[in-house]
Amino acid sequence: MECYLDNAATTKPSEAVIDEMLKVLRTDFGNPSSKHRMGLDAEKYIRNTTEALAEALKCKPSEIILTSGGTESNNQALIGGALANRRAGTHIISTAFEHAAVYKPLEFLESQGFTVDYVGVDRMGHLDLDELKEKLKKDTVIVSVMLVNNEVGAVQDIEAVSKLVKSNNPATLLHVDAIQAFGKMKIIPAKQGIDMLSISGHKLRGPKGSGALYVRSGAKVKPYIYGGGQQHDMRSGTENVPAIAGFGVAVKDASSHLEEHRRSMFACKAALIARVLKLEGTHVNAVPGETLGYFEKAEPIAASGEYAGIPENIRKSLETTAPHIVSVSFDGIDRSEVLLHALEEEGVYVSSGSACSSNHPGLSGSLKAIGVEKELLNSTLRFSFSFDSTIDEVDYAGAALQKLLPVLRRFRVK
Amino acid sequence: MYRAFLIKYAEIGIKGKNRFIFENILKRNIANALAKLRDGYEISKEQGRVFIECPEGFDYDDTIEALQHVFGVAGICPVYVIDNIEFENLKKGVGDYVEQAYPDKNFTFKVEARRADKSYPVTSPEICAKTGAHLLDRFPEMKVNVHDPDVEFMVEVRNRGYVYSEVIPGPQGMPVGSSGKAMLLLSGGIDSPVAGWMIAKRGVTIDAVYFHAPPYTSERAKQKVVDLAKIVSRYAGPIRLHVVNFTDIQLYIYEQCPHEELTIIMRRYMMRIAEAIAEKRGCQALITGESIGQVASQTVESLLTTNAVCKLPVFRPVIGFDKQDIVEISQKIGAFETSIQPFEDCCTIFVAKHPVTKPILSVIEKSEKKLSEKIDELVEKALETVEVINVRW
Repeated sequence: MECYLDNAATTKPSEAVIDEMLKVLRTDFGNPSSKHRMGLDAEKYIRNTTEALAEALKCKPSEIILTSGGTESNNQALIGGALANRRAGTHIISTAFEHAAVYKPLEFLESQGFTVDYVGVDRMGHLDLDELKEKLKKDTVIVSVMLVNNEVGAVQDIEAVSKLVKSNNPATLLHVDAIQAFGKMKIIPAKQGIDMLSISGHKLRGPKGSGALYVRSGAKVKPYIYGGGQQHDMRSGTENVPAIAGFGVAVKDASSHLEEHRRSMFACKAALIARVLKLEGTHVNAVPGETLGYFEKAEPIAASGEYAGIPENIRKSLETTAPHIVSVSFDGIDRSEVLLHALEEEGVYVSSGSACSSNHPGLSGSLKAIGVEKELLNSTLRFSFSFDSTIDEVDYAGAALQKLLPVLRRFRVK
Repeated sequence: MYRAFLIKYAEIGIKGKNRFIFENILKRNIANALAKLRDGYEISKEQGRVFIECPEGFDYDDTIEALQHVFGVAGICPVYVIDNIEFENLKKGVGDYVEQAYPDKNFTFKVEARRADKSYPVTSPEICAKTGAHLLDRFPEMKVNVHDPDVEFMVEVRNRGYVYSEVIPGPQGMPVGSSGKAMLLLSGGIDSPVAGWMIAKRGVTIDAVYFHAPPYTSERAKQKVVDLAKIVSRYAGPIRLHVVNFTDIQLYIYEQCPHEELTIIMRRYMMRIAEAIAEKRGCQALITGESIGQVASQTVESLLTTNAVCKLPVFRPVIGFDKQDIVEISQKIGAFETSIQPFEDCCTIFVAKHPVTKPILSVIEKSEKKLSEKIDELVEKALETVEVINVRW
C-alpha cells in the first residue's frame, strides 16, 4: 500500500485541478496582457482565481496579488512592507519558530538596517503575548506571525495578536504566514485584523508554483518584482496562467468544503494519535495534555464517522490545533531519518522536521522552540494529512510503526 | 578557424612492438568520446600521432573538452588546414593562420616543417626558411629565435597543408582498456572516486561496488554514489556499479561482535564481498580510497587486518596522500561538489565512539567466529541480491 502522509510538504493535485490546467495549456495559452481575444480568454482564469480567493477571504479582488507560491508571498510582504514603511521605523517582530521563508527575508532585512526581535512560544507552540507586548515599540513597522506552524501544527490566536499590535500602533502591519492554514481553517483578514496574508496553492491540492498574498487596501507595501506592470504594478511578469487556473479550482474546492475537510482531517489526526500513543515510548507534540490523556485510553478509531463520537470537550481541545499535522517524537530512535526511510520501504511517506528544512543538517527549529527534549529533537517525525487522507492510511502507518520501532530500537549508537 | 586536431601521446610512444595495440585502443576511446558529440568525426593514426578531422564541422570547445577526458591524450593541437598546397598559397595560408591566432605579434618564433609526400617540390628545410621569411615580411614585429622561440609553428604538407602551434594539455596516462580490470570500492566520500580515477588513468578498466544499508542509508545516498560513478566514467568509460544490500550483515555484526570492532569487521566483509564480485567479473585487483591514518579503519594495523581477507592485490593509489592532495584531484575531476553532499553512508552509522585503531588480526578473527552461525548465508544472500547499475557519461 502506498500511503502518502506528507501533505504539509505538498499535496497531490486533484483531478479537477489537473483538467483545468491541461485545458489552459492546450487551448487557452494566450498571454493575459495581449489585447486580442486569446489574451482575454487567458485573463478570465486570473479573474476567476482572484475572485475565488476574495470570496474565501471575504475581501476585495483588488486586495489579492497572485504569486509563485508561499515563499514569494512572504518575501513580498516582508521586504515590500519594510521598504515601504522605512521612514516610519525599522523595527520588526516575529516568532521563534517561523519557516525559513519568513526568517530568511528577515535576516536580509537585518542586513539592510532593520532590527528584528523574536518572541518565544510555549510547549503548545503558542506565542507569549506578554513578551510580544513588551517587545512592541512605537516604531515597530511589521509583526509577522505564522498562523499554523508547519512542523508541529500549533495555531496562533491571531485576533489577540492583532489587538495587541494595533493598540500599540495602528499603523504597524500584521503579516500572517497562512501557508499551512489556508484551506484548513476559516480566515477572514478584515475581521481578524490581518494586513497581509500569505497563501500557497500546492498545500491544498493545487499546483506548485501558485500562491497569493492578501494585502489590505490602504496598507503600504512596495512591489519587489518590477517589469511590465502586471497585477496593478504589484507583481510584474507574465502570469503563470495554467498554475493560476489550477489554483483557483483548488481554492474553490477548499473553501466550499472547509467544514467537511476539517472533520475528515481531524478524524485522521485523532485516529493517528490514538494509535501512536498505544505504542511504547512515543510523544505527541503540541497537543493539549487532557486530549492526549483521553486518546491514550481511547478505543481505536476505525472510521471517519466515529470522530463525532469523541466527547465534545476533547474534540474542542483537539480543534485548537491544526487538523492536518501530527508531530511525534520516538524514544530510542537516534535519527528520525532512519525511521523515515524504514517507513518509506513500507510505502509510508512522512517527513522528519519539515521537508523544507530537512535538507539542513541542523536540528528542527520549531521543536527546539516548543521545548522538546534535546534527545528527542532528532527523533521526531511529522505526519500530515490532506482532504483525501483516510483512516485506512492512518491504520496502515500505525501498523508499520508498530512493526518497525522495536527493530530500529535494537540498533543504536553506543 | 580550426578544422582538425592533432593528438599527441606521451607514454604510448615509448612502447615497443605492442605500441599498435595501445594506439588502437586510444583511437577507439577517442572515437567513443567524440561520438557522444556528433557523427562524422574521422580519426586516423599515423607516425606516433592521432589525427582528427570532422569535415562537416564541429564545436571547438566541446571537442577539446571531450578529448581532455580521454586518458592517453598528452596534448591536443588545434590545426589550421590549407586546402591548396601550391607553395605560394601554403606560405600565405601560414601567414593567415598567424594573423588570426595571434592578435599580438610581439613574440619570437620558429617554423618546423614536415613533408609526408617526398615529391612535394619544396624540401622541409626550404619550407621552414621561406615560410619564416614570409612571416617576417608580413609581420615586422615578429622576431626569429630558432633556439628558444616563444612560439613554434609546425607546418605539415600532405594532400593538404596543416599548421599548428598551440598544445592544449590532455589528461595524460594510458588509454583505458589497455591494462586489465579492477573493482573499485566506491563510497560516497571524496577519496574513492579519486582512487578510481587514478587507476583508470593507468589504463585499467573499472567496475565498482557500493555497500547500501537501507533504511540507515537513504536513496539519496545511493543516487550520490551513482552520480560519482558517472563522473569517474567520463574518464574511465562505462562502469558497472554493483549495489550490495549490506544492512543484514551490518546488523548481525553489530549484535554479535564487540562494538569497537564493528567497523573493522564490517570492512573485512566488504573486502570479501567485493573480491567475490570482482572474481565473478574477471577483475584482477581491488581499488580502495584508503589513506594511512585518515580514520581508525585506515591505520597501518587496520589496513593489515582488512587486507588479510583478500587474495587479489588491493590498489590504494591515495595511500600516501594528505587529505588536501586528494581534495585537489577531486576538484580537478569535478567530483568534489558531489562528494560533499551530506548523506550518511554505511560507514558512518553505528560507528563506535572509540573504535579500535590498532586491531590485532588474531583477536579480530576470534571475534568473527561469533558470526559463524549465519554469516555465510547472509553473505550468500547479499551476493545473490546485488543490483547492477550500468553507469555511463
